[in-house]
Amino acid sequence: MSQVKSIAGRGIPLVGNDVDTDRIIPARFLRCVTFDGLGEQVFTDDRAQAQRTSEPHAFDQPQYQGATLMVVNRNFGCGSSREHAPQAIAKWGIKALIGESFAEIFFGNCVAMGIPCVTAAPEDVQRLQDWLAEFPQNPIKLDLEALEVRFGHTSVPVLMGEGARNMFLSGTWDACGQLVAQAEQVRQTAARLPYVAWS
Amino acid sequence: MSKGTLFDKVWDLHTVGTLPSGQTQLFIGLHLIHEVTSPQAFSMLRDRGLKVLFPERTVATADHIVPTENQARPFADVLAEEMMQAIEKNCKENGITFHNIGSGNQGVVHVIAPEQGLTQPGMTIACGDSHTSTHGAFGAIAFGIGTSQVRDVLASQTLALSKLKVRKIEVNGALPTGVYAKDVILHVIRTLGVTGGVGYAYEFAGTTFEQMSMEERMTVCNMAIEGGARCGYVNPDAVTFEYLQGRDFAPKGADWDQAVSWWQSLRSDAEAEYDDVVVFDAADIPPTVTWGITPGQGIGVNQQVPTPDSMLEGDRVLAEEAYRYMDLAPGQAIAGTKIDVCFIGSCTNGRISDLREAAKIAEGRQVAEGVKAFVVPGSERVKQQAEAEGLDKIFLAAGFEWREAGCSMCLAMNPDKLQGRQISASSSNRNFKGRQGSSSGRTLLMSPAMVAAAAVQGTVTDVRELLH
Repeated sequence: MSQVKSIAGRGIPLVGNDVDTDRIIPARFLRCVTFDGLGEQVFTDDRAQAQRTSEPHAFDQPQYQGATLMVVNRNFGCGSSREHAPQAIAKWGIKALIGESFAEIFFGNCVAMGIPCVTAAPEDVQRLQDWLAEFPQNPIKLDLEALEVRFGHTSVPVLMGEGARNMFLSGTWDACGQLVAQAEQVRQTAARLPYVAWS
Repeated sequence: MSKGTLFDKVWDLHTVGTLPSGQTQLFIGLHLIHEVTSPQAFSMLRDRGLKVLFPERTVATADHIVPTENQARPFADVLAEEMMQAIEKNCKENGITFHNIGSGNQGVVHVIAPEQGLTQPGMTIACGDSHTSTHGAFGAIAFGIGTSQVRDVLASQTLALSKLKVRKIEVNGALPTGVYAKDVILHVIRTLGVTGGVGYAYEFAGTTFEQMSMEERMTVCNMAIEGGARCGYVNPDAVTFEYLQGRDFAPKGADWDQAVSWWQSLRSDAEAEYDDVVVFDAADIPPTVTWGITPGQGIGVNQQVPTPDSMLEGDRVLAEEAYRYMDLAPGQAIAGTKIDVCFIGSCTNGRISDLREAAKIAEGRQVAEGVKAFVVPGSERVKQQAEAEGLDKIFLAAGFEWREAGCSMCLAMNPDKLQGRQISASSSNRNFKGRQGSSSGRTLLMSPAMVAAAAVQGTVTDVRELLH
């Protein structure tokens, strides 16, 4: 498994609080048995609505095509637990998210997919979003070891829970193998729980 | 750091060990799966050559995509049919119990597990659905998870998790007439905000929750996630035990006595320590309605849509977005808002007591002209019970449609959808943009009785005006 220590690339600002997973990928696109093809449907209703206004959705603006780091605001990914949401974002090309805060299930899904989500102070997020709007072609870098995002001639500090950060740095973000390896201890834990014997 | 709470006790009992990352490997006592978030997990297992470790600890049903009118197979929607075939095949190949349509046991996953007695105090429960928090009503610790984590539970019966903080939400006093469990949780979320619970488990304590039935407690815990809390719970008590006794999977005989004493030992200690405590008075809670595009944008039914100057600065941008999307003006009364569609159902409010409360309002009245109103029981058992009590006849006589069990228009993955800019009065849990199947459709969340009141009046109505 691969270690994730830093991610560099161009950024895309997605402005707005409480962007829920129904908006990221509407439920009608969940009628599928694989995650293939979700990248084209990401934010589809928001994008269609923005087409009718003077400003297209960030995901449709030419200067952000090919971006790999997404900069969001408060409580991003709230609502439904559907992993289809981060899968759709990832299939569009995003490899890391920087935001004011993330909903918990969305954050956990991203960890399990190897996509780091880091938080930054609201004023730093806004600075970064403003900077990306001005210099969309310039690369930025998220450094998980130094816990900072570098852009232009500056940087801002970012935060990530120690457990999740360790998983990225050590390349153990896909916990499945580690969990399966403890099958014997799992059986012992189960045997200590009274309800396991009742059913 | 919390100490001596039910959450701490259940967490410790289910801890398998500490992972190299520092996270806890937590044993999951009951795993529930459905057709939407499980097929990719089974594919991942196959790709890795892994097997289901404890097939007897996973239970499946189909709820999200099932039609509520014509359920004949194959479904008219070929994609939905493909998903049904996938879960049937995956369950069969892996030895997992599947409660299929027509079995008498099918329904919304968070309705069927409690009604069969699968959900029990002191368990850890996971399901690839955010409303898994519902099961906390029994004093279980229940998490919504994504598909990669569904894979992890299938393969290892465990999850890698970081421990949550615990906030006690204490509500005391009797609920006023016309105020229901739904109003309590909408009021809590409106007060603490949709991000207030991030990083927390919510313990719902105090005399208001103690006096609630299990179904009311489920409504409250169901929406903990809408307040940002990944799980919510109520300490198990005599009400819990009475509900469970005799259900299909509840312990029997000598096991029952052992179970009750074990369950009692798990209750939060009197001297338990919490990371935070918030206290409410039940008398302050009005029948509550959402006016915006998050479950936190709620107001009393007799209040006005809030003005930007009455809210915190950080909430104003979203409020502006909500005014535009909902086409509601700040300062406008919410009562009297015209309604197009009324939906009674969902894992929040699709249980028998919800249908009884709605039927009390519908009885002897007529759905207003131009309003489409429909009732979707939470499970086949709920439907059967309602029909035994004659509730279906009350609804049909009043002009409601009476449907088969499923998630239906809560998330509109099946044919039940809003059209265009229709506005719904809904007993479900989310009023997000586009949530009910139309990208410009609008949702007002409220209790089932309030939905029934809106149906017969054709507008948002204070249900207390219709109660005698």
